[in-house]
Amino acid sequence: MLRQIEGSQAVAEAVAACRPEVVCAYPISPQTHIVEALSRLVSAKKLTPCEYLNVESEFAAMSACIGASAAGARVYTATASQGLLYMTEALFNASGLGLPIVMTVANRAIGAPINIWNDHSDSMSQRDSGWIQLYAETNQEAADLHVQAYALAEELSLPVMVCMDGFVLTHAFERVDLPARERVDAFLPPYEPRQVLDPGDPVSIGAMVGPEAFTEVRYLLHARHLQALDRIPAIARSFEDAFGRRSGGLVRGYRVQDADTVVLALGSVLGTVKDVVDELRGQGRRIGVAALTTFRPFPFAAVRELLGRARRIVVLERAFSVGVGGIVSADVRTALPEAAIATVVAGLGGRPVTKAALHRVLAAEPEPLTFLDLDRELVGRELARSAERRRSGPAAENMLRDLAGGN
Amino acid sequence: MPAQRTKFYQVGSFAVGNRLLPIEQRAVQAGMERRNSLTSGHRACRGCGEALGARYAIDAAISASGGRLVAVNATGCLEVFSTPYPETSWQVPWIHSLFGNAPAVASGVAAALRAKGITDVRVVGQGGDGGTVDIGFACLSGMFERDDDVLYICYDNQAYMNTGVQRSGATPPAARTSTTPVPGNAFGQGKNVPMIAMAHEIPYVATATVADLRDLEYKVRRAMELRGARYLHILVPCPLGWVTEACDTIRVARLATESGLFPVFEAERGEVTDVTKIRRRVPVDDYLRLQGRYRHLFGDPPQTEVIARIQASADRNIRRFGLVD
Ligand SMILES: Cc1ncc(C[n+]2csc(CCOP(=O)(O)OP(=O)(O)O)c2C)c(N)n1
Ligand code: SF4
Repeated sequence: MLRQIEGSQAVAEAVAACRPEVVCAYPISPQTHIVEALSRLVSAKKLTPCEYLNVESEFAAMSACIGASAAGARVYTATASQGLLYMTEALFNASGLGLPIVMTVANRAIGAPINIWNDHSDSMSQRDSGWIQLYAETNQEAADLHVQAYALAEELSLPVMVCMDGFVLTHAFERVDLPARERVDAFLPPYEPRQVLDPGDPVSIGAMVGPEAFTEVRYLLHARHLQALDRIPAIARSFEDAFGRRSGGLVRGYRVQDADTVVLALGSVLGTVKDVVDELRGQGRRIGVAALTTFRPFPFAAVRELLGRARRIVVLERAFSVGVGGIVSADVRTALPEAAIATVVAGLGGRPVTKAALHRVLAAEPEPLTFLDLDRELVGRELARSAERRRSGPAAENMLRDLAGGN
Repeated sequence: MPAQRTKFYQVGSFAVGNRLLPIEQRAVQAGMERRNSLTSGHRACRGCGEALGARYAIDAAISASGGRLVAVNATGCLEVFSTPYPETSWQVPWIHSLFGNAPAVASGVAAALRAKGITDVRVVGQGGDGGTVDIGFACLSGMFERDDDVLYICYDNQAYMNTGVQRSGATPPAARTSTTPVPGNAFGQGKNVPMIAMAHEIPYVATATVADLRDLEYKVRRAMELRGARYLHILVPCPLGWVTEACDTIRVARLATESGLFPVFEAERGEVTDVTKIRRRVPVDDYLRLQGRYRHLFGDPPQTEVIARIQASADRNIRRFGLVD
């Protein structure tokens, strides 16, 4: 069903088509429209049976998902930013317990300074939580990925995070072909838990494990992630058979065939990147794009296969590891130890990633670590100030004052 | 048959027997069909009040639910001593997730059962006082506020025992813990979670101790007759943390109630409906002297002023709840 629809609403409809039985919600921008839409669907009895829990925090939301999933229900929640971090303890727990929870992360920066706009600092911070992480390029893909996420999660008994860019996708109206419920019913078998809290067959879930078996238990989680590397493309293919369109998978190439330079990126920025690449192709540059959908598990082999011929790789990232640099780049470097890899950190806290800036950065050989559009002068002034006064202080406020004064 | 309270008229000894009672009034533990929720062989310390309390509480809950029970556990002694992998002492479906989220996990289990239309399976959440009154408190309050169909049981041993006897929000004033060298919480500042639970006006709130297991069983049964959020706060002495003899667990629990320090009562929808009267009132001294965690009060010279303040809080409970006729 083709509709002009807000991204959040599209995701809510796609989630509803998967028939979750328990939805836990705690508001945080830019995720709110998703859980609001689901609450309307539940109260209008368009999604039954479904329990909608208004909980008191994200920590409780994920905890209730854990309980409900262990009791055999298909569950859903959504969050972003501070909310995702507030869940951290429960996130590791959910994956450790092997519970197939599906969650949307409407990506947003993490404070301080507090900032509600989009980047990937939140989900990237949970990189090692044991959750599968899929990144949507468009709202169509966001909707489709949720259907695939349930199939994947339940097949492997692993939790899956579907990441979509806050505001840029969640609040954008686009044409989306919504996955119809009947089709989803045919695609997604009912949830059959591997282990369930059932008085007829009592089990103890979440027992204490000492050094004698802890490595093995953690390895099993890793092993299932490795299985996901096969299952993700397979599920994307069967989704294509069932719904007639391609979305998901591990990593997709765009004009990479003969490319000597490839820009690898994730999420909604890919649209801009593709435009820039088209323009550079027009100027005769042999350049292409790698669109990474699956960040965890990291598809090393698929990345190597797609980018092995490239001489130069530019990884465009919407988050970074403070004191180190690129997060995704580190994995790309592991996949392609011989390649020249540059990291471009872009669009932090919602700063637009413009075509002009991308052209600038791609015109020359990029530095190993570039912060796109960084105002070096502004930073330099604050660094000088803090060196002089040797005390911590309101750096952000100082810089805003400089900016205002400088204009 | 509805939960029944059995009155005993004790003479001399504190022992309470079943033999003279009709079968339906006998304790769950005395029944032939008793289901052992927590089997022997777990690793609790000798004389652990929490192990005893949990076994009686969960056995009574199993019996009241006809064996259709799911238990959710917070991190803490009860979880650690009962499930060292690959062993488990639990005979009910049981899940442990984290220290601070047992009420929310239980809410999730209840929601899943509701969504699946399963009405006969009941949910019990449980944790120590730390998991309940401190770190899990927001989740507990949220569960109360939504009136989720969960019986939550707090096993109150008045400190974080599992991590080595540090203070909790339920540690009483003047009790020594490993993080309160100036001992105990401030007078009058303790967190009284049964009262806070009552303020949520949930269907049922009660307190109990392991000194009166019959009363404890009755309260679990009563709670299981009701639906919605229910809270049971059980005083469970801990020989390790309280520095008592293993054989004194029941005795100190009894002295806690008979001194008035731990009022035993029931409340429905925010109103107290029943209190257990003190039959033989004792000074707080009798209770305090048995425990190493209060030893500093009885040095030379004794801290009479502190003891008097403890006595005053016991007297206040007695007045407030009408514990003495
Ligand atoms: C988030 C978090 N913080 C701290 C701990 C460490 N911890 C485990 S059990 C425990 C104390 C348990 O005390 P309580 O709930 O009173 O139960 P008890 O062991 O006394 O029965 C603590 C602090 C933890 N597991 N998780
Ligand atoms: S430390 Fe206390 S609560 Fe923990 S097992 Fe020992 S007696 Fe029981």
